[in-house]
Parts: sequence; structure tokens; C-alpha cells
Amino acid sequence: MADETRAAGLIEPERYEFSEPPRYHFLLSRRRFLEAVGAGIIVGVVVRNVAAREYLPELARASAEPIGAWLHIAEDGAVTVFTGKVEVGQDIRTSLTQAVADELHVAPAAIRLVMGDTDLTPFDPGTFGSRTTPQMAPQLRRAAAAARVMLLELAADHMGVAADSLTLVEGRISHAHSNRTVGIGELTGGEKLVRELAEDAPTTPAERWTVAGTSLPKVTGRDIVTGRHRYTPDLRPAGMLVGKVLRPPALNAQLTSFDSTRAHAMAGVVVVRDGDFAGVAAPDEATAARALAALDAEWSRSRQPSHRELFEHLKARAEPPRGDADGRGSIETGLSAADERMEASYTVAYIAHVPLEPRAALAQWENDRLTVWTGTQRPFNVRTELARAFGIAEERVRVLVPDTGSGYGGKHTGDAAVEAARLARAAQKPVKLVWTREEEFMWAYFRPAGIIDVRSGVRRDGTLTAWEFHNYNSGASGIRSSYDVLHSHSVYHPSDSPLRQGSYRALAATANTFARETHMDELAERVGMDPLAFRLKNLSEPRLRAVLEAAAESFGWKEWKAKPGHGIGIACGTEKGGFVATCAEVAVERANRRARVVRIVEAFECGAVVNPDGLRNQVEGAIVMGLGGALWEAIAFEDGRILNGRLSQYRVPRFSDLPPIEVVLLDRKDLPSAGAGETPIITVAPALGSALYGATGVRSRSLPLTAG
Amino acid sequence: MADFLELHVNGERHRLDVDPGKSLLGVLREDLDLTGSKYGCGEGQCGACTVLLDGLPVRSCVTPVGSVGAAAVLTIEGLEQDGRLHPVQAAFLAEGALQCGYCTAGMIMSAAGLLRSEPDPDEAAIGRALEGNVCRCGAYARIIASVRRAARTHMEGSHG
Repeated sequence: MADETRAAGLIEPERYEFSEPPRYHFLLSRRRFLEAVGAGIIVGVVVRNVAAREYLPELARASAEPIGAWLHIAEDGAVTVFTGKVEVGQDIRTSLTQAVADELHVAPAAIRLVMGDTDLTPFDPGTFGSRTTPQMAPQLRRAAAAARVMLLELAADHMGVAADSLTLVEGRISHAHSNRTVGIGELTGGEKLVRELAEDAPTTPAERWTVAGTSLPKVTGRDIVTGRHRYTPDLRPAGMLVGKVLRPPALNAQLTSFDSTRAHAMAGVVVVRDGDFAGVAAPDEATAARALAALDAEWSRSRQPSHRELFEHLKARAEPPRGDADGRGSIETGLSAADERMEASYTVAYIAHVPLEPRAALAQWENDRLTVWTGTQRPFNVRTELARAFGIAEERVRVLVPDTGSGYGGKHTGDAAVEAARLARAAQKPVKLVWTREEEFMWAYFRPAGIIDVRSGVRRDGTLTAWEFHNYNSGASGIRSSYDVLHSHSVYHPSDSPLRQGSYRALAATANTFARETHMDELAERVGMDPLAFRLKNLSEPRLRAVLEAAAESFGWKEWKAKPGHGIGIACGTEKGGFVATCAEVAVERANRRARVVRIVEAFECGAVVNPDGLRNQVEGAIVMGLGGALWEAIAFEDGRILNGRLSQYRVPRFSDLPPIEVVLLDRKDLPSAGAGETPIITVAPALGSALYGATGVRSRSLPLTAG
Repeated sequence: MADFLELHVNGERHRLDVDPGKSLLGVLREDLDLTGSKYGCGEGQCGACTVLLDGLPVRSCVTPVGSVGAAAVLTIEGLEQDGRLHPVQAAFLAEGALQCGYCTAGMIMSAAGLLRSEPDPDEAAIGRALEGNVCRCGAYARIIASVRRAARTHMEGSHG
């Protein structure tokens, strides 16, 4: 399974990704969907991908094969695509539109995507793991290609001519010989023509793309620059109440006494207490705030680990390893063949996603049916959470995801949705709940912290002989070494995290790449080799070599002349089917030891490029986000309290932190497209760390890096 | 207590029965249904709530509505004129200067305010003026390019 997963370009799921798997109910949604849409052509793509069924065991249990996506062509010619993926800023609404436009031969403007609506879109595990481009885009291509064939056949019948004498351009089918045309919506005569097709139907190869492969601007751009797009916090149905939740003073606190007499006395206020959950709903924000402040509550407190003792705690509480990503040879044999041996430990802090749109939900009950609008990356998982929380069947719950103000892996759960729905059930009115920034920091979840121990051996000529890598708590993504070494073991030890942790852009690949690449630099120095030459000597993977060489070339690595207070660094890595290398130059002022990033060059390759400008935007954004985790971001905590949980106390990258960034894209039209929202972040930290070492002479083995 | 408060927003006058201590952002979003200005942090640190007061950018989340007085409030909804985008809005589209878009309204308002006082800012000046606006998706370079592009169009004078 592991090999098959890798071959299919899938990630190995982190344990926290799938801790609460969604269940069942694909077939109901199929029937409901077919009832909901109007006449026209309806094409569904069956999910038969073996690896996909493997990581979604419920797919294998389903009695009929599930649909991955629908495409509907209405009688007015409108093209609507239904996909369970969601838009959180990665701009898949645009790139998926391009895929459909390419196959269907209609203009992108004529295509509408319905995304992340659990009543209308087929089940989808969620928008994470860079899977939209490699998995959803080909499905939509197949649906669109099949729809085009159906349209041409229908038109051929309609006109009494051969299908191959017809052309489909911009939504009209023409027969050049007789000068007749017909619109694509006019062919079904009020019927619903439904077709399901296999996932392996052929699609247009990248060399012949016409819309994909170009920089189509963001399809929702105008609604955003005019402020018209409504994110979840902007929804305001008539009669809506504002919800607020009473938060404990610390994690793991229990409500020991509760008196809501004063809040109850306020006009229009609804108070809910249900176990450790307590909250209010009121007609407006100010009343809700007053009511919340009027709740008298006491909470139990407990001693909990702080950030100062975190890494000892994680090692002490580690569980036995889960598998071995490399698993070859014997470390002792490898070490005995080495001229130089090295051991080092690397640490990464918890960091926060800080999505600018905080978690929010609008919940509404109608009889026993619950509808929730919420910004989440996993609408179907949120539906499951809601159904379980209220003990109702999933088909009574509908989750809709307005295009969302970012996630970065931070919006996989339905906390705000469940809270808003609990308040709405008591109020019997729609309730909107928008978390404050402080709630975001305290009650969401973090990128896992971790400690990584590396033991290695190298021969004097620079050949790696042994590689032993233990990751405690941070995760298994990107743990596998791409370097050629005969004796190699890379294992992940789950541990007991004092803070709630979960997905983050690229998961643990950032931590693992940081430790691996920093250690590679230390080995290169030990044997007196240039870091680039040392990597290339131990690396046969051609795609990784290609980005490494491309980044070094654009950066001018070999030509760089040492300057006082300046240093350069290089790092490479692969994850989720993408290959990346980063070069960085850092300068440190002698007086105050402040580090300044002078420039960054990053080369990235993810197969055939779907939207060059969109891809550049993602790579640039990942680099900027990576600066924060590399240089400043770290959650401080003590006894279940976050000590720096405000934007004024937690430093995220700003304009003044922006170095000149050069992105080099390698477009491999001969290779399938991989996702790109995550992988470009993984090499930023080790390249900066190495550059910082060059500038200061002090090696930092922690994230965030310390300037020495 | 008919203590109405008069507020001038996007060229319109509103008489509002609100607590003068309520934030301008709260009034815009809750009382006027102008939801283009966003809540991001509530302490004036992220800039997502930026609007112009008599042409100057302010953080509406930390501005009590009672302090606005007769000043003209301009929000993202008031920037477009007769279906024509403000040069900064058009430039954001041309440069692809947004990903999730949640910071965009605040960025555009800060930039529009900058161009009123400094019609041709260089990259460093743009960065300084926008330092209080956070784009978590990291589109900073494109945002700077957008403001430069808007400055080049020399059309600011025609916009209110």
C-alpha cells in the first residue's frame, strides 16, 4: 500500500488528518442531486482510484461506486460543475474552470462551479494534501470530455449529420457544410440525460491544452476587489442572532459552577449550558457581549506542561514508532563504514495558522433539518461532526462553504459550526458565531511541535553511509530521505501533545526537511564540501537534482563571493508530488544581531503547469508564509494558556519582511500535474538557517531560528 | 433617548441609533450591511477593517463611531464609480494581487489613501504605508506592484 500510495502521488496521511473519518451516505446524495438539478445533460465521474479507495475505506464499503464530481449542462446552455472541493485562496475555482473549459470547448466565463455544498456536491474527503490538481482536475476533465461527446452525438441526431462533421466552439455546435448551428442547451428536449463514466476515460494531454496552461485571472476577482463577496462572517439573514461562547480560562478546564440569572434577565437573550459548553445568543453584537460578560462561571484548573519543558515532555511521552519510511540496511553497519559520524537534535515550535478570516459559522434549524454555512476545508467532515453532536442522520445536515478567507490546513474541523448550531437549536432562530482573534489562537489547533534526532555517517569523499532519523510528535510527512544511502531508517514517534494540534500547510514536511537539510549542511561542512556539491553527490532523483541545479543557477551559487556578515544557504526536498529547492542570502548586522533576508530564489516543479501566474502566486505566498515559521513564529504557553495569543504579540510576516523573491518554474508537460499550495514552503527554513549560519558562524537547530 | 448619530458613508447620510462607543467597523457591518470591511484582529493590527476618513486610512475596528463626527467615511463598497473600478482595484486584478481575498478590501483602502497623499510612491514608501496590513497568503510583492501600477495610471484625481 505504501508504495502504491507513493506511486499515485498521494500523501501518507498524518494520524490527526483522519482521526475522525466521515462515514457513509454517498448514494443518498446521488439521488438527491439528480432530483435537484433541472433538465439537460448530467455527467458524473465514478471514483475507481484504488489508492483513493484505500485511504477512504468507506468508499470501498459503499454498495455502488461513488461519484467524484458532477457536470450539468442546463437547457439554457449554462454549465455548472459540482465538486466537494472548496476555495480557500488557492484559486482552484479558477484552475478547475480552466480544466472544464479546455475539454468542453466553452469559455471559462460560461462555467460556474458549485463547491463544498454537502447537499449538491458529491462526497469529498476535504481540500488538503494538494490533491485537487492531481485528482479533481482530471475527474472534471473526464466529465467535460464525455459531455462534449454526448453533445456532438445529440447534435448529429438533431441535424441528421455525422458527429465528426460538427464543431463545438464557445457553447455552440456548428455544421459548417450546411451553415447550421445549435446551442448546447437546446439538445435534450426537456429530459435529463444522465451518464456515469469511469475515472480512466482519456483526457487532453497537456501539450494540447488551450485554456489550462495559461494565466487565466481569478474568476471571482471582481467580487473580491469590490467587497461584494460574502465570506461566512458577512452573512446576515433576517432575524439572525449573534452567538458568543463562554471560554474557559485554560485548556482542559471543567465548568464547576454556572449562574446565568443576570444574562437571562436581558431582553432577547438566549443562554445555553450543556455540559462544559456555555454560550449566549442575542439580537446584536453588543447585547451578546453584555450577556456573555454577565455569566457567572467557575472553572477547574490544572497544572499542564509549558513551552519551556515541551521537548523533554514529547520525548518522555513518545509512543513506539509507526513504521519506517526508509527501512533499509543496518545503521551500525553504515556507521562503521563512515569516516565521520554525527548526532544532532532539531526542534520545531508550535505555530498558529492565523487565517485572516477567523472560524465562523451561521447555523439554522428548520424542524429537524440543520443548515450550516461555515469556512472549512472539510465540509463533509463537518457534516459528520454536526450529525454526531446532535444525534441526527447526516442527510438531515447540510453544510455549505462560502469561498473562505484562507485555511492553510487550519480549518479541518467544525468547532464553530457545532457551537453555532447548539446556540441556534436553543434559540430556534439562525445564529451566527464569529470567533475573535483571541479565540482563534486559543481554541483552534496548532502546527505540531516536535523534536527530531538524527544520527549519520559519511565517508571522507562525501558519500553518505548511514542515516537514522527519529521524529517525535511533529509527524511523518516528508520524513523519507531522498538521498542515496544504503543504511537508512526514518521513523515517526507519536507523542502526547500538550496543545491541540493538526494539519498545517505541508504538514510535518517542513520540520522533517528542516532537520534533514540542516544536518546535510553540517555533514558537508564536516567533510569540507560545498553544500550543493555534497547534495548532488548523494542524490540520484532526477527531478530533485533538476530543481536544485535550477535554483543554484539562478541564484548564482557558484559565483557568490563571501561578504562580512552575509551568508548563503541551499536546501531541497520533495513532497506531495512536487520538487523544490531554495537558495537564500541573509545578512546580520553586527551591532544588534538583526537578521535581514537579502534575497530568495526558489525553483519548483510539479509536472505540467496548469496556471503559471496562479502557481507563481502560490509559490511566492508559501515562501512568505515560510519566513514566519522560520524566523519568528512560536506559541508560548503555560498551564493550558496561550501566552502570546494576539496579533500584537504573535509576529507574522509583513511588508517590511519581504525580500526580493525569484521563482523559477520548471514546466514538465510530459508529467501529470501535482498540487502546489504546500510543497514550496518546505525548503524555506533550512535554506535560511544555513544562510544564517554562514552569516553568524552559529548553527541554529531550532525553528524559529535564532540569530546566534 | 433620541440621541441619533449622523454618519456620512460613501456619499450617503445615515441617522443611526447606536452607542457612540461602538466601533465604526461594527456599525458599518451590523447597522449598514456594508460587510466589505473585515474583522481580522480587533486591535488595529491586521488592517482588514481599513476605511478612509476624509481620505485618511483608519482602522475602523478601533475607531469609536462617536469619534467620526462629520468626517466622510469611504469604504470598499464606495470606491467603484458608475461600474468603473478605482485604479487600485483594477490594478489588484491585473497583478493577481490576492489569493483568499480577505485582506484585499483593507489593502485597497490603505493603498487608495496613500495615493491621495502621495500620488507616485516608490516601493519602499508603499511598503511603509501598508506595513499595518497583513496578507497571510503572502501576496505582498504583487500588492506593491499593484499600487505602483495604479500610480502609473494617473487617474486618482477623478475619484472621490
